[in-house]
Amino acid sequence: MKISPPLTLAALLALAFTLAIGLAPQAAGWSQRDKAGNVFGLMFGDGRKLFANQFFTMADVYFHSGYYPSVFDKNSDEEKEIISHSHGKKESEEDEKNEDFLGKPKDWIDAFGRNFKITKHTHLEHGNEREILPWLRLAADLDPQKIETYTVGAFFLREHLNRPDQAEAFLREGLRNNPDSCEILFELGRLYHESLHDLNRARNVWELGVRKYLALPPASQKESKLIFEEIVVNLGHLEDEAGNYAQAINWLHAAQKVSPAPDALQVQIDAIQKKISAKQP
Amino acid sequence: MNKIFALAGVVIKELYRRKDFYVLFVLTAVLTFAASAVNFFQDEKIIRYVKDICLLLIWISSLVIAIVTTARQIPAEREARTIFPLLAKPVSRAQVIAGKFLGCWLAAGIALVVFYFFFAVIASSREHTWPVVMYFQAAWMQWCLLAVVIALVLLGSIYFAAPSSTSTISFIVVAGIMLVGGHLNTIALSQPEPMQSVLAGVYYFIPHLEWYYLSDFVVYNMGCVSWVKILAATLYAAAWTGIFLTLAWLGFRRKNLTT
Repeated sequence: MKISPPLTLAALLALAFTLAIGLAPQAAGWSQRDKAGNVFGLMFGDGRKLFANQFFTMADVYFHSGYYPSVFDKNSDEEKEIISHSHGKKESEEDEKNEDFLGKPKDWIDAFGRNFKITKHTHLEHGNEREILPWLRLAADLDPQKIETYTVGAFFLREHLNRPDQAEAFLREGLRNNPDSCEILFELGRLYHESLHDLNRARNVWELGVRKYLALPPASQKESKLIFEEIVVNLGHLEDEAGNYAQAINWLHAAQKVSPAPDALQVQIDAIQKKISAKQP
Repeated sequence: MNKIFALAGVVIKELYRRKDFYVLFVLTAVLTFAASAVNFFQDEKIIRYVKDICLLLIWISSLVIAIVTTARQIPAEREARTIFPLLAKPVSRAQVIAGKFLGCWLAAGIALVVFYFFFAVIASSREHTWPVVMYFQAAWMQWCLLAVVIALVLLGSIYFAAPSSTSTISFIVVAGIMLVGGHLNTIALSQPEPMQSVLAGVYYFIPHLEWYYLSDFVVYNMGCVSWVKILAATLYAAAWTGIFLTLAWLGFRRKNLTT
């Protein structure tokens, strides 16, 4: 049988066109699936989480401008500093000392080699924090269920780069992928409260966070105690700021039940009660 | 010396006649442009990840050029039987080794200049600065490393049967030293004897190529390294290059070229 080349070409083009029409809508759906984790999920399966963790680590490496322990150094498995930084933790001198993973040079090769390595512990500042963002974006694309990526990214966007609009969009994306996340709701509330000074939206988001927490099974509630405490303490401060003192006291009482330092909260409650008695004639 | 330069000239001509360099350069440029075209959070000033990716590609490309070009030099001469007319001229085997080394090293240097110029243009287009000294130090140190690598590959090409095996083994050795070489002493401490002594011995015996990786200084804008240290590292590289070239010459001197 003789095959005509133009006919073969036409048949192949028709096949390609038909396949493109059939697959295009499905391909668009690949990047919108939240549980399967978008097109990366399709390509890498659960392996994408490894890449996501690596990219998240890269963000921390960039935050330290390359001064970072390798797998062979001590401190290699410590909590990422971008996470503790986003929780508002400031470093003490002791922390700095503990993070000196290099220690004293072991021999002349090690000592000489340090001239060609970054050996100074610094953090990005003056707007250079933006350099960590590509890695966080990639981490979020690869593992949309990794909640820290959204909270850390949003924190740096609003706090250091003055981009609350982008921070909100990132958190909203995180919330779409993780609708029950108290952490994302807490960070979203902070954004409304601290950056946009919108008390009503902050209150709504945090109250939703409390409801999500209370809907968790007891074992998960135990794990999320810290974030619950942060939400209710912030709600207490918000109500205090809004002049709803009774409600503020209620929230602080709720915080006392899970807080490791209830006495400190009692001091705050007493201060609010003084305000109430000062108001009464 | 003229004979060595003449031999080196032939190797350099080979670099621009072959397509390896062009393909790698275009690949580096395309991947760098693609990376820089991505918009993260609508922030135009983000640049470090582009510098990081570009420098990584430059490192990979320059290593591929250096290793692949060097690995085929002597086997190709033997296979094409051009080694016999070459040695029939008043050229010693030592001069052949020196000429091949110099040619490959200069060819790698030319490739590095092109790569780093491209990198500088890309980086300055967003950073609006030209830290020329920092770029020079990074390129110089990389060139010093390539001298050691080229000498090592030349040595391998005398003993291994085919250029492919020489290239593969060289890549593994270089990547191994770059990634683990500086940590062998730490790993040794956690090992029982006699592994501890073996690893500690290897640590002191290998050329420490990881010193020559200054990309982090360039990516994170951490300033320049002391020139005295650069000079010391250059001398260290020269010493290792000399060791490998001498071993290559000793092997080549007694090599039966007819088999």
